[in-house]
Amino acid sequence: MSVRHGLLALLAEQPRYGYQLRAEFESRTGATWPLNVGQVYTTLARLERDGLVTPQGGDGEGHAYYAITDVGRAEVARWFAEPVARSAPPPRDELAIKLALAITAPGVDVLRITQAQRTHTLRALQDYTRLKARATDRDVAWLLVLDSLIFQAEAEIRWLDHCESRLARAGAAVHEAVSSQPERHAIAQQARGAGS
Amino acid sequence: MTGPGAQPILRMVDIHRTHGRGEAAVHALRGVSLHVLPGELVAVMGPSGSGKSTLLTIAGGLDTATSGEAFVEGVPLGSLSGRDLARVRRRSVGYVFQDLNLIPALTAAENVALPRELDGASARQARREAIDALAELDLGDLADRFPDDMSGGQQQRAAIARALIGPRRLVLADEPTGALDSETGEAVLRLLRARCDAGAAGVLVTHEARHAAWADRVVFLRDGLIVDDTGGQAEAESLLEGMR
Repeated sequence: MSVRHGLLALLAEQPRYGYQLRAEFESRTGATWPLNVGQVYTTLARLERDGLVTPQGGDGEGHAYYAITDVGRAEVARWFAEPVARSAPPPRDELAIKLALAITAPGVDVLRITQAQRTHTLRALQDYTRLKARATDRDVAWLLVLDSLIFQAEAEIRWLDHCESRLARAGAAVHEAVSSQPERHAIAQQARGAGS
Repeated sequence: MTGPGAQPILRMVDIHRTHGRGEAAVHALRGVSLHVLPGELVAVMGPSGSGKSTLLTIAGGLDTATSGEAFVEGVPLGSLSGRDLARVRRRSVGYVFQDLNLIPALTAAENVALPRELDGASARQARREAIDALAELDLGDLADRFPDDMSGGQQQRAAIARALIGPRRLVLADEPTGALDSETGEAVLRLLRARCDAGAAGVLVTHEARHAAWADRVVFLRDGLIVDDTGGQAEAESLLEGMR
């Protein structure tokens, strides 16, 4: 998550000091991703090193203000304009890894895994939904963040539903795949052997 | 809201429902027990064919259990005569179905007033209640429109007004958001939630997790059995502690 660009975007609005940046960042994103103030100062130091911000000195009350530079402004504009990259390979997804291993491991009850996960994720979804029910229409940014969490949780549950129906349909095929595993292991080991 | 020791409005005890017999028998429900308290909204999820809709029709007295008993406000539905059952359906139970079943030849207000009139209220009294129910759903201005002259979301809200009119304390909803867009669908869920917060008991059948999440409790059906349950609200509150 780009704390760097988040802070830079806030400085593009007006000069601010560290505690202000932290408070503003958290209130604008619904306090979903808390920052510690050390992180803020480390990031500011790097932004200064890279010429994106410049210290403006104190205000007499011990607050060290930072202002954005032209280079910094250009960087913020670029950040807003460009899509957020999808990383390749995708980030490790523990659930996907767990299921992939579960369907090929002997004696694992896959349905129990998917159901336990579904219940767990639905509880989270209920939690987000309660927060959403309490929010007012004025909390637009907070609602957007909540909706993002809601749609992600929903996507995970839909994927679990999909996995179950796929497994039900392909029950026999899975068994076949399991029995052909030794062959694939051999191939993988050969490949590894050739690489080392 | 639910008080300690409140009596369930819906109580289903070891419900079995079998269609057909012998080799060809289909076991839609195989021993389902469910309590829904006043103020509580329970969502029922599960793959198609898991028995969700059967559960709802038995809860509402539209279908009869093969064994086990469903009680609505303490009244065992299985032992009622057809006539008494019809009265419980009209007075205690409100239904919201995916297909709205609004009668096209009647205005919104007439549609909403219909169950009250069937129940013996005077036409004037029924209309007054219908107008109130529509106003509660922001449809006060559309009372004299015909369903064809209303948007899908407005029709759906009118169907909900009809389901909620009068002193009904059990609201049963089967995929109530149908083909509505996500914002309008959410408005329907908010409404259902609000009615339960005001003291009704609700059962919501849905395959959408995002909608089920408006419930206090989500139960999962599979092959006619409840296989899991999210538990009550108290257990679910922890995740975002500290966030607002």
